[in-house]
Amino acid sequence: MKGKIRIFLLFLAFSSACVGANNPRNNRDETLTIFAAASLSEAFTEIAKEFEASNPGTEVAINFAGSQQLAQQISHGASTDIFGSADSQQMENVIISGQVEAGTDQPFIHNQLAVVLPGDNPADILKFNDLAMPGVKLIMADAAVPVGRYSQEMLDLAGKQPGYGPQFKANVLENVVSYEENVRAVLTKIILGEADAGIVYLSDFIGAREDNIKMVSIPEEVNVTASYYIARLKDSPNKDRGMDFLELVLSPRGQDILKHHGFNHRGEHE
Amino acid sequence: MNNQEMRGSPPAPTPPTRLSGIWRILSLPMLIFLSIPILALFLRISPPNLLENLRQPDVLQAIGLSLVTTLISTAIIILGGTPLAYSQARGQFRFNRIIDTLIDLPLVLPPAVAGVALLMAFGRRGLLGGIFDDLGIHIAFTPLAVIIVQVFVAAPFYIKSATLGFSNIDQELEQSAALDGASSPQIFRFLTIPLSWSALLGGAMMSWARALGEFGATIIFAGNFPGRTQTMPLAIYIGFELDLDIALTLSVILILLSFLALFIARNILNRDWMGS
Repeated sequence: MKGKIRIFLLFLAFSSACVGANNPRNNRDETLTIFAAASLSEAFTEIAKEFEASNPGTEVAINFAGSQQLAQQISHGASTDIFGSADSQQMENVIISGQVEAGTDQPFIHNQLAVVLPGDNPADILKFNDLAMPGVKLIMADAAVPVGRYSQEMLDLAGKQPGYGPQFKANVLENVVSYEENVRAVLTKIILGEADAGIVYLSDFIGAREDNIKMVSIPEEVNVTASYYIARLKDSPNKDRGMDFLELVLSPRGQDILKHHGFNHRGEHE
Repeated sequence: MNNQEMRGSPPAPTPPTRLSGIWRILSLPMLIFLSIPILALFLRISPPNLLENLRQPDVLQAIGLSLVTTLISTAIIILGGTPLAYSQARGQFRFNRIIDTLIDLPLVLPPAVAGVALLMAFGRRGLLGGIFDDLGIHIAFTPLAVIIVQVFVAAPFYIKSATLGFSNIDQELEQSAALDGASSPQIFRFLTIPLSWSALLGGAMMSWARALGEFGATIIFAGNFPGRTQTMPLAIYIGFELDLDIALTLSVILILLSFLALFIARNILNRDWMGS
């Protein structure tokens, strides 16, 4: 018993020593932790830079991944201030897990889908319908990933439109060679020319600013709108700073940055 | 159970002293730390649930693909790795140390680096990808890509073990067999292989276990398609976000298989030591 107490005291001493060592040096230095959808990579990095500039002493650390992965991590207790999700469903999952600070969750930006091709267009894809041509090697995101789910929705929608036919979705899915874990994995593989076409967000294409990829636009009546959601989390270590960041994202300045990276663009873009 | 196995493995059964008791107690935290995650995984899923998930087509597909690809890649590793290991053991190469280090490299490379490197080599636009494409061999997003990854990351285990096994053979034995008129294939077949048998088999089991667990390079290089490139680790990773039960089921199976492989490998290697 005595031994146990001694070990406990030792542990206390050790942990307070750690805190003590941290405190004087960091002196009010804070780290804001943000979990954000992979498609937000460049836009949120820029917003974070701006945030750091106007909040000296605050460091913003961002974890970019598929929203579904982030939602799982947060639900299992990852300590985070802000969650930026590429769809409402993953935000809903985090709300159900009880991690979202009530009233802070809201949509903040839109996105659309686009078909990207390697610059030399090996499968000779000229329009959206060509995705159903036999032999096209298509990469999509997995249905677990928001962009993968949006892509499936889009194909469903196309199947109901005249000019595509009920077989359209089946034919396109027949061409899929890989279901990737996030949208950037799809984009990278197209940039590398590993497949003939990929379905990504319009913002990924615009934001990539790559000369060696092309885009085929998806007709307005078929395309789906992706709604991105943001929220502050309940066990946010920096509640005030977290709220400031959320407000910056919603502010005209934040929205401008997002637009600059290809969000909120509508319809045809060529 | 775990405890007993761990206690059983040290080869020297010296009479217990007070020192060994202290060492045993001191080793407990690490042992517990290593066991708890495994235990937690097994506790999280009930046997009936596990059996039910086993009947899901996606789960079966992933298990089947993992078994087929790892068996092929292990066979390739044995075929291609044996000559390399033998050459290394007999010092046939001029730059033995550099080659040794090169062989070790996949062991320490982050999987992402291995994946990107393989893309640069065998991808459609890669160094050799074009040649394969011209030959009509498609690597990207096929089971072939999965096998290539597995060979790349798992081969060092076999090669290292085999090299050690070959090195331990008294070279005079081979020389005297040669003097007696045995051809070099005969010597290899009837002398070298039998004498290093356990090192070869143990190494092959280690390679197989590593191939079975390969994930990071696979998802980068081979992509993820159920039945084609979605091996068990990939199904666990993707499934974790969709259906935790499927991920748990596959994890349990993967752990059982890996434990079995390592355990067999260890026993084979141990027998060798006792025999010699």
